[in-house]
Amino acid sequence: MSHSKLAGIFNKDEKKVDWHDKALWFVRHKRDLSVHEVKGWEELRNLGHGIKAHTLSHLDVYLEQFEANALKNGVQVHWAANGDEHNQIVHGILKENHAKKVVKSKSMLTEECHLNPFLEANDIEVIDTDLGERIVQLAKEQPSHIVLPAIHKNKLEVDELFQEHLGTKPCNGDPQYLTGEARKHLREKFIHADAAITGVNFAIAENGGFVVCTNEGNADMGAHLAAVHIACMGVEKIIPKQEHLGVFLRLLARSATGQPITTYSSHFRKPRKDTKMHIVIVDNGRSEQLSRPDFRASLHCIRCGACMNTCPIYRRSGGHSYDATIPGPIGSILSPGKDLTKYSTLPFASTLCGSCSDVCPVKIDIHTQLYKWRQIIGKETPQPFIKKKSMAAMGKIFSKPSLYGKVGAVAHWALRTLPKSLINSWPNIWGKTRDLPVGHKQSFDQWYKERENNKKDDQK
Amino acid sequence: MKVGLFIPCYINQLYPQVGKATLELLEKLKVEVVYPSGQTCCGQPMANSGFENESEGACINFVNNFKDFDYIVTPSGSCAYHVKKHYNIIQQTDEVVKVRKNVYELCDFIVNVLKVKQLGASFPYKVGVHKSCHGLRGLRLGSSSELVTAPYSYIEALLKEVKGIELMTLDRSDECCGFGGTFAVTEDVVSAKMGKDKIQDHLRNGVEVITATDVSCLMHLEGLITRNKQPLQVRHIAEILNSTIESKVAHPKGQKH
Repeated sequence: MSHSKLAGIFNKDEKKVDWHDKALWFVRHKRDLSVHEVKGWEELRNLGHGIKAHTLSHLDVYLEQFEANALKNGVQVHWAANGDEHNQIVHGILKENHAKKVVKSKSMLTEECHLNPFLEANDIEVIDTDLGERIVQLAKEQPSHIVLPAIHKNKLEVDELFQEHLGTKPCNGDPQYLTGEARKHLREKFIHADAAITGVNFAIAENGGFVVCTNEGNADMGAHLAAVHIACMGVEKIIPKQEHLGVFLRLLARSATGQPITTYSSHFRKPRKDTKMHIVIVDNGRSEQLSRPDFRASLHCIRCGACMNTCPIYRRSGGHSYDATIPGPIGSILSPGKDLTKYSTLPFASTLCGSCSDVCPVKIDIHTQLYKWRQIIGKETPQPFIKKKSMAAMGKIFSKPSLYGKVGAVAHWALRTLPKSLINSWPNIWGKTRDLPVGHKQSFDQWYKERENNKKDDQK
Repeated sequence: MKVGLFIPCYINQLYPQVGKATLELLEKLKVEVVYPSGQTCCGQPMANSGFENESEGACINFVNNFKDFDYIVTPSGSCAYHVKKHYNIIQQTDEVVKVRKNVYELCDFIVNVLKVKQLGASFPYKVGVHKSCHGLRGLRLGSSSELVTAPYSYIEALLKEVKGIELMTLDRSDECCGFGGTFAVTEDVVSAKMGKDKIQDHLRNGVEVITATDVSCLMHLEGLITRNKQPLQVRHIAEILNSTIESKVAHPKGQKH
């Protein structure tokens, strides 16, 4: 379904749209207050952009350096070309270790690879341990935001969901009670887990270590209790040096939620005694995206979600309207690279207002890339006959001034003369919610000509 | 200094009064203005819809009309931005490069080329400024709320000098209005909702007249305002800067758009 159709469904409940918009605007506002406290914030963004651009230009070198150092640390490293390979590798590790119960902290990569259904089909229990992710998992939904996965649900909905799945008492959406119950439920899962899967926020080439950021400490709870830790990362998560964390950790938390630092920025380097640590490095279309000069900067993304919070469309259409693992502006430039036809409406789910590019902590030119995807979609995917024809017709009219004058005269005569009821009726989509401007007797063109003629007459 | 006036297609046809105000204002400022008669459109409607190739004829026509001027001035941040940013699809001859460099949005031209702020205008109303996105984040006519930079706004710098005007502060200083060209039609539900919310922000803050550098945003907002019979007016910034209304009447300028 197209983005506009799904957005239309979300907009059937205007109160919910208002609440969703305000909740995310609040986060954007917190971000503003927080970044204005940082002297040299724009310089920090330049650095983040520069480090990412450099790293992506030397991706092979840094990935191999990372692998060598991770191996030295006693970590096992795996390479996956695509989502299927990733899932097979993870399943292989779990099988080898007779792991039947898995806890998983937030990882958009495993969402992208559809790891959960794959493991569940192989009789493995996977529990998402980030509270928001657990909520959407119980609801059998996708995350609607990469940092706030259940932002589309209100507390009453969570109350009902927990009653059904966790046996909680009705509490009128009392957040204190609900989080307390979720905590008890998740602790049980942590204690009995055979393996823990985490994502990776930053992998450091020079020492083979990696950093996982969570606000709930759930990555740590999982990784510190289970005998096996599997960390899954996309190739673009690599940074050259430990010192670069000083740039990215500051950018990430402030951009994501307005916090000066994420509550838990956990550094992992080597497995604890008698436990195993695996890293799965996944491509899954990233090399292809890297090969597209206009779109490679999309791989700078550190998954802060700021572009979603700031996007006036995302806030009013909801994350599910994008029907993609990564929603919002950044998702709209990543997804077409994976399936141009399926995601062909996403680059058009934008007014090209540019707020996403200005808010992005690593300066991805998101709205420029949206514009560029539009051109590719216009050429390479089947376009509605009417759109194609009208674009060609407009192109012709605007290249020929004489033709343009005639068409314009008819248009504003129609606006002036025809009844409003006719103008605003189907197929005029504009007129569903908006009036059209009142037509004037004269276009500017005609007025100017008349004025010039009068001037000449005066001179005579 | 010879200035070519570019009047965007929809202003020419639907809002001629904005074109008149722009021309009169520039003439008041003693600028030698010519309106080349062969002009049509900057090409943005096709390009933003993913049909950049269909806009080439419009781009070439634009350059042919304006290549001989020192500056090209237009009452639209969006069109000026399009020429600057997206005219890389045609061959970059000296003429094309010159046109792209010398095209200016009206306020930008007044503040940064003419270097005047006091225009002798008066407009005794409570005005809310809608910072049209392409002017704001494309041409950088002011600081955007996302960036950590010293605050400035060419538009407000000019409006502050207008006699009798009261500039109102909005809750969300520079959120998009939801027009977005064909977005207004292809994503009509979200587009209308964005506009509705924008209007509420102005109403909440006591605004009587919304102004902007782009008529396209105002046309979208006015369409909603008229449909919902809300107590607000829209005026392009050229109309305010060219206004000499001394005392308040029911409708500014005495007539509705």
